[in-house]
Amino acid sequence: MTARLAVAGLDVTIGGVRRIEGLTLTIEAGQSWGVLGPNGAGKTTLLRTLAGLHPPAAGSVELDGRALETLSRRSVARTLGMLTQNTQFAFDATGLEIALIGRHPHRPAWGRERRDDVERARAALDAVGLSDMADRSCMQLSGGEQRRLALAVVLAQDPDVLLLDEPTNHLDPAVQVAVLDRLWRRVHGPGRVQVMALHDVNLATCYCNHVLLVFGDGRWRAGPTAELLTEAHLSELFGCPIRAVSDGRQTVFAVAGATG
Amino acid sequence: MTRTPILVALGMLLAAAALLVAVLTGSSGIGWPETDTAWRIALELRLPRAIAALVTGGLLALAGVLMQVLLRNPLADPYILGLSGGAAAFVLGGMSLGLVLLPTELLAFAGALFSMLIVFVLGRGEGPWSTTRLLLTGVVVAAGWGAVISLLLALGDDASLKGMLYWLMGDLGYSTLSPWWLLVLAGLTAALMLRARSLNVLAAGETQAALLGESPKRRHAEIYVAASLLTALAVAIAGTVGFVGLIVPHLVRLTVGADHRRLLPISALAGGVFLLLADTLARTVIAPRQLPVGVLTALLGVPLFLLLLRRAGGVR
Repeated sequence: MTARLAVAGLDVTIGGVRRIEGLTLTIEAGQSWGVLGPNGAGKTTLLRTLAGLHPPAAGSVELDGRALETLSRRSVARTLGMLTQNTQFAFDATGLEIALIGRHPHRPAWGRERRDDVERARAALDAVGLSDMADRSCMQLSGGEQRRLALAVVLAQDPDVLLLDEPTNHLDPAVQVAVLDRLWRRVHGPGRVQVMALHDVNLATCYCNHVLLVFGDGRWRAGPTAELLTEAHLSELFGCPIRAVSDGRQTVFAVAGATG
Repeated sequence: MTRTPILVALGMLLAAAALLVAVLTGSSGIGWPETDTAWRIALELRLPRAIAALVTGGLLALAGVLMQVLLRNPLADPYILGLSGGAAAFVLGGMSLGLVLLPTELLAFAGALFSMLIVFVLGRGEGPWSTTRLLLTGVVVAAGWGAVISLLLALGDDASLKGMLYWLMGDLGYSTLSPWWLLVLAGLTAALMLRARSLNVLAAGETQAALLGESPKRRHAEIYVAASLLTALAVAIAGTVGFVGLIVPHLVRLTVGADHRRLLPISALAGGVFLLLADTLARTVIAPRQLPVGVLTALLGVPLFLLLLRRAGGVR
């Protein structure tokens, strides 16, 4: 197994405050990582740093063994894609036109998309359940549909290394499961990895084989999901009592409120 | 959807038709020239002015498309960052100082470039390139130029005042260009088309563009300089003609979609045709007197634009 993404001694600071300190981890083919932590713990900034949008405060990020900051944006974009937390469409365009921009890094700047690119863009719209949006305007989409359209862009881009910042935001439960099922199948393709910032611990237990817990005060823990996701760890992470409840088929984590 | 080459061919036919109408239309109405003098008026007076209108409209529409992508705002226009103000201040300054040796065109071009440099240097500042700071700098610089223009108008002598006002409103009365300029416009459009897909990606936002392999800072600087040069050229030809750069890209986006590979050429053609027809009207509605074309573009543009906004049900 070779590491596609390797992080060494990485510090993540937000507004001068060190949120993650000395993060070291290697992400290998077939791995689906969930990043969990309280609000403001640096999940988004970490993903942006891994995508090269944000220079690391200290430490290094390597993509396929090469330092991220030495690579051109274009060559990064051929291997690595990211779904950001917010997407806004300023101009009126059709769903297909938007999905097609995901193919941009794979074609010379002045070239046209090929038939193959259009097919991939259509397949991406299909995968997020927006195939009827291909010829319709993106301006009348609901929050959840905008999210799915943004997801279609990264699926059309089809990067080996996929970073997702809260991919299930604004999505109905059925769509959440459909999208995450799709990403889960995808990550088992050759050389694929994904890193997702998630709010819902139970989605991480289903769709991540590794997790990274970030506490927001510099501390972090990384490892296989089964080992790390325990009542004790999660209660410490989120700063409130969390219980594991099992019905014999699945274990879910629930916030133990006052009546719990 | 109709294919882009077909649309462009249709646009060219339309431009040719508009050119024909413009050349055949005089103060006494439209008609085929019958005498040698009439032919000479059509080919030596009306044609160069019609070409100037076509080229200016095309340049302004292209600059409008670029400015809208740069500021990620469909309501941006080529003048929003103060270019026209700089050009106007230089031209009016020249007129009131009586600098007869310096042609207006040169002063306008120099003023626009000067304003571009000011906004570029101040708008960059330290740290990352930010569209908001660029916009704020540009708008404030534009306001500054506005004050300079008012001052020059207030101090100007009555003799030069009318010339100044006509220039400010945008006037093609003294503009002449050889037909070769159509090739220049076509060449500029083609050059921008090479970057059309990058523009599509940049329209999706700076972060998205970076994630899809663009270097947004460099691209933004390129777009800014390109839009400024196009605007400076347009202003040098015809003064500050309003509304073409705002309304044409907007209209074209509504009708043929947001893909810049069709948006750019169709806008260039539509902008040219719009300004040419407006100018033909400008020199015929109250013939033999002539109106500055900028008045007509605004008079036609404002209601058209408001109608569109209402129909679109919000800013699109």
